[in-house]
Amino acid sequence: MTRTLLKALMTSAVVAVSATGATTLSASAAECIAPANPGGGWDFTCRQIGKILFDIGAVDKPVQVTNMPGAGGGLAYNTVVSERGSDEDLIVAASSATTTRLAQNAYAGMTADQVRFVGAIGADPGVIVVAADSPYQSLGDLVEAIKADPGSVAFAGGSAVGGFDHLKPLMVLKEGGFTDITKVKYIGVDGGADAITQTVGGFTQAMTGDMSEVVSFLANGDIRVIAVLTDQRVPGFDDIPTAKEQGYDVVAVNWRGLYVPKDISDAKFEEWAGKLQQVADSDAWAQAMKDNGLAPFTRVGGDFQSYVDGLVTEINTMSKELGVLQ
Amino acid sequence: METLANLALGFSVALSPYTLMLAVIGCFIGTIIGALPGLGPSNGVAILIPISFALGLDATAALVLMTAVYYGAMYGGRISSILLNIPGDEPALMTTLDGYPMAKRGEAGNALVLSGAASFVGAFLATIGLILLAPVLARVAFLFGPAEYFALYLLAFCTLGGMASNNQAKSAISACIGLGIAMIGVDSTSGLPRMTGGNLHLYDGVDFLVAIVGLFAIAELFFFIESHGKGSSIGVVLDKVTIPWKYIRQTVPTMLRASGVGFVAGVLPGAGASLGSFLAYMTEKSIAGEKGGFGTGVPKGVAAPEAGNNAAAGGALVPMLTLGVPGSGTTAVLLALLMTLNITPGPTLFRDNPDVVWGLIASLLIANVVLLIMNVPMVKIFVKILSVPAWILLPGVTMVSTTGIFALTGSYFDLLMLVGFGVLGYFLRKLDVPTVPVILGILLGGNMEDALRRAMTLSDGDPSYLFSSPIAIGLWIAAIAGFVAPMFLRGLLKKPQAVSD
Repeated sequence: MTRTLLKALMTSAVVAVSATGATTLSASAAECIAPANPGGGWDFTCRQIGKILFDIGAVDKPVQVTNMPGAGGGLAYNTVVSERGSDEDLIVAASSATTTRLAQNAYAGMTADQVRFVGAIGADPGVIVVAADSPYQSLGDLVEAIKADPGSVAFAGGSAVGGFDHLKPLMVLKEGGFTDITKVKYIGVDGGADAITQTVGGFTQAMTGDMSEVVSFLANGDIRVIAVLTDQRVPGFDDIPTAKEQGYDVVAVNWRGLYVPKDISDAKFEEWAGKLQQVADSDAWAQAMKDNGLAPFTRVGGDFQSYVDGLVTEINTMSKELGVLQ
Repeated sequence: METLANLALGFSVALSPYTLMLAVIGCFIGTIIGALPGLGPSNGVAILIPISFALGLDATAALVLMTAVYYGAMYGGRISSILLNIPGDEPALMTTLDGYPMAKRGEAGNALVLSGAASFVGAFLATIGLILLAPVLARVAFLFGPAEYFALYLLAFCTLGGMASNNQAKSAISACIGLGIAMIGVDSTSGLPRMTGGNLHLYDGVDFLVAIVGLFAIAELFFFIESHGKGSSIGVVLDKVTIPWKYIRQTVPTMLRASGVGFVAGVLPGAGASLGSFLAYMTEKSIAGEKGGFGTGVPKGVAAPEAGNNAAAGGALVPMLTLGVPGSGTTAVLLALLMTLNITPGPTLFRDNPDVVWGLIASLLIANVVLLIMNVPMVKIFVKILSVPAWILLPGVTMVSTTGIFALTGSYFDLLMLVGFGVLGYFLRKLDVPTVPVILGILLGGNMEDALRRAMTLSDGDPSYLFSSPIAIGLWIAAIAGFVAPMFLRGLLKKPQAVSD
């Protein structure tokens, strides 16, 4: 039995080695780094975009996905900046979390201008949620309550203090004329579902997160979404009002996109931008977005780079006011 | 009646020759992953997810394979705990305390069979609990806010004193080292890095697998080198395996209680299997009193943590399926698997995807029976793997676990930390300081701190918030009693003998 096991192990080792050998030989195949473990949002970005790129013929060989978890994406960022700065076949999954951390100097001194943001092709809309039995019926109710007594409402969200989930209600409050944002209570818990549990349980009064995190609870009737932070109402959730139509001009979405190393040629950068546009226009991507609760949000090339630059500046300013950044 | 019909639906989904084969393969792989230090259930499942995609398995088949690996790893962790005194994964930590002394006494076979049976009871009862109580229990998570979680973790630390050592001060020092290590990394309340020295590798904190392998396996290797291979604690002889009916009968009440404690600990999001086995062991220890001889190799000390951790593994599925909140590291990985299969766990899962839920439950029952068969009569096969001479085994285990650690992040930095923990473990053992509390500190310290800081944020720093609910007050009373009682009882009762290697 032991011998059989050993044999099996050796066979699989040989298979594994030859498999790695094969992938190293085809050096021209593109690689997508997901800066997290399998299963998360970044992993999804790499796997879906990589698959569609190959299926629609935008690349000749299947895109190889590498998971590089660590430091909330910082480890992968560091690798790209310091070791693979001119790798033309490398794309890296990114999202709002990437820019938030860069704006808050959470990547050990590395800055947003050390890579090039090539495009986003989908976004998870930000939402503000209360429990079904909450007295707050609209975003206005919530904002007025906080203005009257900042301590009366505590938010729960899936990111740390100063993270994107925390910033969403603060953007709304600033828009509503409440500027003393350090007074707003926020606790960061382990993910959106946990934040909802705390809110339904009555430990916090509101939850801030992404649409995809609340869909299942919404269907069950546990919660009420009082605002979605998009330009227009989200298809499929037409009865949820936007913050904009309630008088708070805030758009905060968790975009899903890619960055590439800084020192690749402009021609290559535009080529990747074009390929990403092709993915965005494909039926397969439309289906993938529908399955995962994403709303359309396409910005590629130079347009996206300037969007990211603006976002980084805005978050940087707000983080300083909040005191999470010196 | 409806439950039975649902269960029939589940079995019709999960019970085909093909899925049965997957269950057997999954159980076997899982047991080995669990038994090898450094490969825990969560990275075992994580490593296998890409494989299940590569094989093109459908949702049900992938779930059967993964849950078989999950339960298998929970069973397997005990094997190296008992035979090597090196926990195969973090929930098996407590099994070393009595399992290894039993094995040293020549009762390795009994300990293995007994713990296998206890694992079965724990996992079986938890699965039944999942079937009957999942929708009800899901509401329990709504009752636990930051104050309640803080009191729960406090309870765990308060019962720590005197564990695995007859010197409480040494246990406390050891726990403090663990708590200190838990502070490393990005502070989740403020998002700022602490004690990382600007090193990106430390931003995610110290992985407890690194600590376990370092403190146990690498430290063991240092002792082995020091003694030139003589007098090593490794190399337990296992002659023949019989079923110790006497022990099983004796420990039935223990198994039942431990299953209950473990299941509840598993249901609470974030607590997980380690806390389940820990609380189960501590409950049984206090029920038995100091005369119970816990820590010296008593059957109850083996049955309790194993029933506890397997029940917690089942319990952890409750919040994952009903709320989408993973109850442990491994269920977080399983959650990711479900999401990639386009199934979103949450309150509507039972209504919208009954085939998935009941297929999963049926495959848990199947996996559990397969594992009992695999782990009781066939335990010798797994033992064979571990019972080669120490001079082959120890470097072998070290090699495999080092590879496992490297696979976590693919960076050499973890390997340096691993050696660091090995050195720490060596000196702690030389000083007769128990290493188990270090790991518990690392495992639970971060969660406890988060709970306290969230509570303080919500209450504007008012400490009375921590006692603001009946659940919190109950947990505080239990914690204080657990801390104070041993001080008064110690004079009356005989001290347990320390485990000497």
